[in-house]
Formats: sequence, structure tokens, C-alpha cells
Amino acid sequence: MGAGNQAELNRNSVFCCFSADTHTHTHTPHKLRFNRFSASLSVSVGSLCLSLSDSHSTDFEVHRNWLAITHSLPLSRWYYENSSEWTLDYPPLFAWFEFGLSHVARRFDPDMLDVQRLQHRSPPTVLFQRLSVVCSDLLLVFATRECCRCVREQKPSRDLLKRPSFILAVLLLWNFGLLVVDHVHFQYNGFLFGVLLLSVAKHLQSRHLQGALLFAVLLNLKHIYLYVAPAYGIYLLRSFCFTQDNTDSSVRWSSFSPARLAALGVIVTSVCVVSFGPFVLLGQLPQVLSRLFPFKRGLCHAYWAPNAWALYNVLDKTLVTLGVRLKLLQEAELPKASMTGGLVQESQHALLPSISPSVTLVCTLLSVLPAALSIWLRPRGARGFLRCLVLCALGSFLFGWHVHEKAVLMAVLPLSILAVESREDAGIFLVLATTGHYSLFPLLFTPAELPIKILLMLMFTLYSFTALTSLFSGHGSLLHPLEVVYLLGLVVVAIACEIVYPLTPWQQTLPFLPLLATSVYCALGVCYSFVRLYVILLRQEQRGVTKKKKIF
Amino acid sequence: METWSLVSICVLLCVTVRWGVSLNSYSGAGKPPMFGDYEAQRHWQEVTYNLPVQEWYFNTTDNDLNYWGLDYPPLTAYHSLLCAHIAKLINPEWVELHKSRGYESSAHKLFMRATVLVADLLIYIPAAVLYCFYLSDGSSKKKVCTLLCFLLYPGLILIDYGHFQYNGVSLGLALWGVLALGLGWDALGSMAFSLALNYKQMELYHALPFFCYLLGKSVKQGLMGRGLFLLVKIAVTVVVTFALCWLPFLSDPSQALQVVRRIFPVARGLFEDKVANTWCSLNVLIKIRSVLSADSQLYLSFACTLLAVLPSSIRLLTKPTFWQFKLALVNSSLAFFLFSYQVHEKSILLASLPVCLLLNDLPLMAIWFLQASTFSMMPLFLKDGLLVPYVVTSLAFLLLSTYLFSALEHSSEDELRLGGYRKLFFCLPSLDLACIVRWKFYISIVAMAALTFTTVAMAPPPRLPDFFPVLVSVFAFLHFLGTLIYFNIVQFSSPPSRKSQKKNN
Repeated sequence: MGAGNQAELNRNSVFCCFSADTHTHTHTPHKLRFNRFSASLSVSVGSLCLSLSDSHSTDFEVHRNWLAITHSLPLSRWYYENSSEWTLDYPPLFAWFEFGLSHVARRFDPDMLDVQRLQHRSPPTVLFQRLSVVCSDLLLVFATRECCRCVREQKPSRDLLKRPSFILAVLLLWNFGLLVVDHVHFQYNGFLFGVLLLSVAKHLQSRHLQGALLFAVLLNLKHIYLYVAPAYGIYLLRSFCFTQDNTDSSVRWSSFSPARLAALGVIVTSVCVVSFGPFVLLGQLPQVLSRLFPFKRGLCHAYWAPNAWALYNVLDKTLVTLGVRLKLLQEAELPKASMTGGLVQESQHALLPSISPSVTLVCTLLSVLPAALSIWLRPRGARGFLRCLVLCALGSFLFGWHVHEKAVLMAVLPLSILAVESREDAGIFLVLATTGHYSLFPLLFTPAELPIKILLMLMFTLYSFTALTSLFSGHGSLLHPLEVVYLLGLVVVAIACEIVYPLTPWQQTLPFLPLLATSVYCALGVCYSFVRLYVILLRQEQRGVTKKKKIF
Repeated sequence: METWSLVSICVLLCVTVRWGVSLNSYSGAGKPPMFGDYEAQRHWQEVTYNLPVQEWYFNTTDNDLNYWGLDYPPLTAYHSLLCAHIAKLINPEWVELHKSRGYESSAHKLFMRATVLVADLLIYIPAAVLYCFYLSDGSSKKKVCTLLCFLLYPGLILIDYGHFQYNGVSLGLALWGVLALGLGWDALGSMAFSLALNYKQMELYHALPFFCYLLGKSVKQGLMGRGLFLLVKIAVTVVVTFALCWLPFLSDPSQALQVVRRIFPVARGLFEDKVANTWCSLNVLIKIRSVLSADSQLYLSFACTLLAVLPSSIRLLTKPTFWQFKLALVNSSLAFFLFSYQVHEKSILLASLPVCLLLNDLPLMAIWFLQASTFSMMPLFLKDGLLVPYVVTSLAFLLLSTYLFSALEHSSEDELRLGGYRKLFFCLPSLDLACIVRWKFYISIVAMAALTFTTVAMAPPPRLPDFFPVLVSVFAFLHFLGTLIYFNIVQFSSPPSRKSQKKNN
């Protein structure tokens, strides 16, 4: 018990990455408990230090406004209030979370809880908001610990730095995206991803009901996690509700367990009832849903997320420009297309057919279908589910309607777990994480934040590359030379967009060109990772088939 | 993982922390008419850029010495001039004569912060990396640990990137001096140290150990042969370095004299504000400044400083080893801080640097002292609005360093080098000294936290508005005095044996 406990506790400590390996063998559990404590604290403390920036991100005001709405207005007004343009558009459980926070916020500065005080940012307000993120991040720390427990170690290494579980802890807790989005920009993703990872960990530990409960809660905290709902649905139905497989691992219909399905149903419904019930009673459900799914917004966010539609937009633009150049098109006939105008708005494509929400829905479902089918036809346990989850997240990211660039984290974080267990996944992780993280750069645009984002990015990328390389050392390089060239290209793009371009005169006339270049370049990497992940899935499928052939 | 990647991650982390702190407020932000050290540095850029060298240190119509007159040696002035040229390129308003007084903008703040970072990246951080890799022992992981804690020392970060100063330059140059001496390049070391002296006169705190070490080494090599050659080489290096730095002021003796007068402002009194040294703490009991005349104050402080420095210097002179040198640096700078004339609270950084050098050898004591030194500047940080970064960086440093060095586990009597105390208190043989030290450490940390909390949360008693700052400085003074005694005893006890060092690793 002693040794196991000790190893598991060590996993969690991030800052102890530099501790000499001998320490891990001499510690008593008591001291390690202290270490774990100190480690998790250092993480929050480190993040807090970074979060001291006085950046004026819009999300800061968004969450302050929600605090004010939930605190000072009755329930019936929550989803109707619109004095600020940042209306409440998260599901009710998150509103309740803000409601809880607001009671602490009152002690810091009651003025921030006034709905009419727009753009209120007194120092106590800033401190409170930042602290609330740091404190809610403790859930992420806990979830990371649970995930690290589930990691399979092939040969337990004496060197702490070479342990997969330790590397995973750093990859999750020091994730560049989370640090930047939560602690510099401002959002509560750390805690939400904590719930997601905890739920994944529960599935890895075969505690499916707990996992389902956590996921239901998560969906009611932030509905963007609907992206990965197909993976959960299929997996739970196939591997939990059906208790047995046939010998060729196809589904045995007779083993269906209605009790399990009922249990799942009860869990999900009760969570939804708690969350949406009051609004249903008030007859506000349509209003709540219209807030949650604002299809009035455009296909792409103001800054294009690096997904398929970014490539589609660029293709459209290029064709138009080419057509005008070659005198095939008349400029006057073309619809005014301004998709990078800064404000969220609907837009039209000039040459290619315009995309409607239903088209994106179909594309998303099609992109996710093979993955879902694969875990239905040939379930490969919780790890197969995890791969499907990553594919779902990535598919929705690539083809979804009005996707934010931050959503790429939904694929990057779960993929970290796979990355420390298999070589191939590690290679994909490196490509996806680096491009996905780089695509977050435009989120922080003030000159004072430039060093922070570069330094954090360098730190995380350097760590992930060296740690994963040393973890899988002895089998050649993790990346194909072309992938290396592509990733080095990111450096060129970064220098050109962040440093060179602002000095040129085009900055005034074409200020959005760097954003465009960033999202298009990153979109290539994200699409590539998506394809690679599918290739691995299909190859596993193949292997499964050939193995079975050999058996018979 | 390879060492290089660990080192780069460490350095990146430390730079990130530095930049994170620098996003906060600085001294005198938005506080006319005098502003603070930030404005002083900007004003020096303005003066050095617009006036001829001859006027820099003189009170003229264009140079009001009462408004942040230049009072650092020439190298600081040149540095300001260099920064001013860059500032001029970016925005001429920043250094415009007279009109730029009290100039504040977010772009300018960014520029000033960047100059500090660049200086640090060029001087302090490389020196620290090289020191940890060449002159501290242990496995490469241990070296990385030392480096991380060395660079994360909150006091220096908060003063340079929060309050606003360029201590990283003078301390970095001194560190280059230590590094060169440790590697046996005596001439280069003395050159680096002379540059440090020419950047900030406070580096005199370190001068005696440098002098004694080099002299002792020369004497050991024989004053008739190679030793003499070494001595002459060092002397020539120092003289040439000084001459080059002072070149524009040497043409006229009155110029040089004026610079010296500006650098050593004897008229400013025994101490200012609340500083954790002997005189300020004694002031609680006896009002020295009203009891003694200005001259006798000067002589008293001079005599006390000399007395306090003497033992460690003599020891170093007779045993010029690197280990003794490091200890003597601590002892000398602490003695100067505690007893010399006109000490600022920020001068404790000069003692912190050599203590950082000892992090690997005497972790618990070093961490304790570094924590106390940061704590002693707490009133200053509060004044500058740096409470949150102060709390965050101190906590991070404390947790990280005690964990990485396992400071509390490695605190046996032997490892703490408490043998000397044993001999002093031979009448009390039954006490477990290591245990006492550990408990004192815990109590002191808790007391620091409590004092910080009360200072922030409670109003001082109405009749004693300075109650908390005085309490803080007296509390810190006790730590510093204890540290001075401890390091003196360590210096006089036998040097660490190879065996015990191996055990430590």
C-alpha cells in the first residue's frame, strides 16, 4: 500500500518535477501528502501570479455581468435580462454556480453585483474573479490525480520525470491553453474540464454511473460539451447497457439490461430536472434554449477558429480574387462578404454555396459517425471510448457552427491521456496541441501580454516535446520530418504575424490578415491530426479483424 | 529528459514570473509631485540624454538635483543614456527635457519593464545559470533545483519588476565576479566586480571579501613570485576598469569630486524610513539621532561595521578558499547592512545574493533568510500596491524551495553545521539543536504570515501610525542578526567534508 500510495501521490505533484529521484523512495506517505498539497498549491499560486495581468478581456465583463444577474435578479429574469450585450447564455447549472460565487463576491465588492454597472472593474473585483478561477481549478487538480491513477505504466521507471503519470499531470495542469484562456484571458474552463476529466477517469475505472452523472452535470454547466455527447451515448449504451458480447465482439442483443438503461435515464433526467426544471415551470424553456443556441450568429466566430470552414472561407476568397483578376467575375455583382469584420454576424460566401446551420450539423454528424460506429461494432473498452471522444470533439470543432477557437482544448486535454500511453498518439498530440495552442494566440493581443503567451507556449511545447520523446525513447522520432517542417513553419508564422506584420503599413489597411493566416495555417494541422486519429482507429479495426481471422 | 530542456524550462518559468510581476503597479505610480523610483530612472534618461556629461551631476538650471538628481556612479548614467536613446527612437516625448517630467503611460511602462528584463536576460540570468552549473555540486537535477530557487528569489523580482530598479545589473555583475573567481579567472572577476561597483556604490558591501580573497590568494602563492604578478595584474585591471568608467569625469578634478559627493550623501543621516538594521531597531529604545551628533553617528557606525566585518575578513585572508569566500560575502554584506550609515531597506538584496549562492549547501538557513529578507521589504511592497505578487511569489518560493531541497528533512545538526554552537553552549549538552532550529523556522514563518495579515487588515493604533512597519523591521532585524551570527560561526567551524557533502546529494 505504502509504495503504491506514494507513487500515486507523487503523480500529482507538478513542481516536484525537479526533485531528485531518490526522494521518492524515502518519503513516508505523510510527507507526500504535504508534497501533494504543496504541489497543487504551487500550481494555483503560479497561475495566480500569471493572472495578475490587468487585461481587459470581454469574458471578464461577461462573467461579472452574470454574477450581477444571478445575484440581483429573480430567477424568472435570468434569461431575459439584456442590459448588457453579454447576456446569460450558459445552461442553468452554471448560472447557479455564478449565483453561489456571487455570495462570496459580495464580501469583496458589492458594486460588482449591480446589473447596471457595466464595465465595473475595481481592484477587489479583479482579485475576486481571478481567485474564483484559481479556487475552482482545484477540481481540475483532483481530476488530474484521478486520471493519473488510471494510466498504464509499461515499466515503472524510477525516475519521476520519466513516469507517464507524472508527465500526464504536467500536461494537464500546465496546459498552455487552459492557463491562457482561464488565467490570462478569463473563463472557468479549468473547472469544467475538471468535471470532464473526472468523468473520463470514472469510465476508465469502470464506474460508469458516476461517469454518466458527472457528464450530465457537465452538460448542464456548459452545453458546448454536447460535442462529445455522441461518444458518451454510444459507449454507455453499448458497453454498459449490454453486459455481454458475442465471441466476435459484436453485440449480443439478449444481454441487454433494462435496469442499467433505467439507471442511466434516471440520472440524466434528474440532473436535467434540477437544472431546467424551474425554467420549465416558469414556461421559459423556449427563451432559455434560444439563448443557449444562438443560430443568429455566423458560421465562424469573429476570429476564425482553425477548422474546415476557415479553409472553406479562404477557398471562397481565393476563387473570388482569382475570378476578378482573370475578368471572369464582375466585382459589382458579388455580395459584400466581410467575414472578418470583428462583430459576430451572418455572412455569405461569394462563389461557393453558403453554409447553413443544418449543413454544418450534417457534416459534423458524418464526421463523427465512423468513430461512433467503430465503438458500437467493436468496443475496445474505455480507451476506445476515449479515442472516440477525442474524435467527436475534433469533428465538431472542425465542422461545427460558430465554433470558438478555445474549443480545441476539448480534444487536446483528453488526448493527453492517450498520448502518454502510446507512441502514435503522442505524435498526434504534439501536432494537435502545438497548432491548437498556437491558434489561441490572437486571444491575447495587447503588447504586455505578448511575452506571457510566448513564454508559456515555449514552456509547454518544450516540455511536451522533450518529455514525450524521452518517454518513448529508443524507437526513433515521434514525428515525421514533414510534420517537423510544418511545426517549424508555425514559428515563421508567429514571427511574421506577431512581430513583423504590426510594423508594416498593411497593419492599418488589412488588420485581419495575420488572424486569417494564423487560422488557416493552424487549420491544416488540426485537420491533419483528425485524419491521423481516424487512420489509427481504422488500423486498429483492421488489426482486430485480421486477429479474428487467425483465430478461426 | 535532458538537462538542457529542464534548464530552459526553468529559465522560461522564471522569466514568466518576472513578466507576470511586472504587469503590476510600480513605485510612485500616479503620485505627483515626486512620484517614485520609476520616475527617478526615467528622469535620469531625460537628463543624460539632453545634457552634456559635465552637467549630469551638477545642479544647473536644466538639472534640478533635488528632483531625483543622479546619485549613482557613472555606469548607471551610461545605462540610462543607452535606454534614453532607445526611448527617443520609440517616442521622443518620453525623454523630452523638462516636459517629460512625471510622464506615465502604459506604453512607457511596457518599455521600462522591457529594459529591466533585457538587462536581466543579458547579465543576471546567464550568470546564475553558469554559477549553478559550474560551482554548485550535486547531480544535474540538483543543480536545476538550485537554479530554479535561485532565480525565483522573490525579493529581487519584486524590487526590480514591481517597485522598479535595476538591481539585477549590479548584482548580476557581482555574480559574474564571483563566478569568475570561482573558476579561477581572477582578473576577469575583478573586472566584473569593478563594473558592479561602478554601477551601484552599494556593491561596496561585497568589496571587502573580494579584496581579502584575492589578496589572500596572492599571498598564498608567494608575494615575491607568482603572487606578486597576480596582485599587479588584478590591480591594473581594476584601475583600468575604473579609469574607463570615469573617463569623462577625469578631465577636471572638481567633476570627479562632485560625482563622489553625489554618490556618498553623508548628510542624509544615519538611516531613513524604517529599515531592519541595528540603528533603526535601536531607535525604538534610544533615540540615537538626537542623542549623538552627526559626526559621532558616522564614526560609531563606521566602527561598528568594521568590528562586525573584521572576523570574517581575517578568516578569509588566512584561508582564501571559495567556500570561505562565499561565507565572507554573506557576513560582510550583512554586517554592512546592519551597522553601516544610510542604509535602505532594499540593500538587503546585497546580502541575499550571496545567501542564494549558499542555497545548495545550507538550504534551510538560506531559505529562512531569503524569506525574512523579502518579508523585511513588505511595507515597501504595500506602499507600491504589490501585495498580491508579494504573497504569491513568497508562498511559491517557500513551498518550492523547501520541497525541492527537502530542506526540512535534511536538517540534522550535522547538515546545519551547528557544531560551532555545540562548542559555545557546552553547558547544555542535552538539547536537540536541529529540532530547535526547525521549530524556530516554523514559528518565524507563521509570525511573518501573521504580521503580513495584520498589517494589511488592521489599522495601526492611533498614537503609533508606524507601529506595524517598526514591528516588521525589528522582527526582520532579529532574523538578520541571527543569520550574521550563524554564518560567522559556520565560517569559523571546519569546512564541509567531502563525505557529508556526498550524503547531502
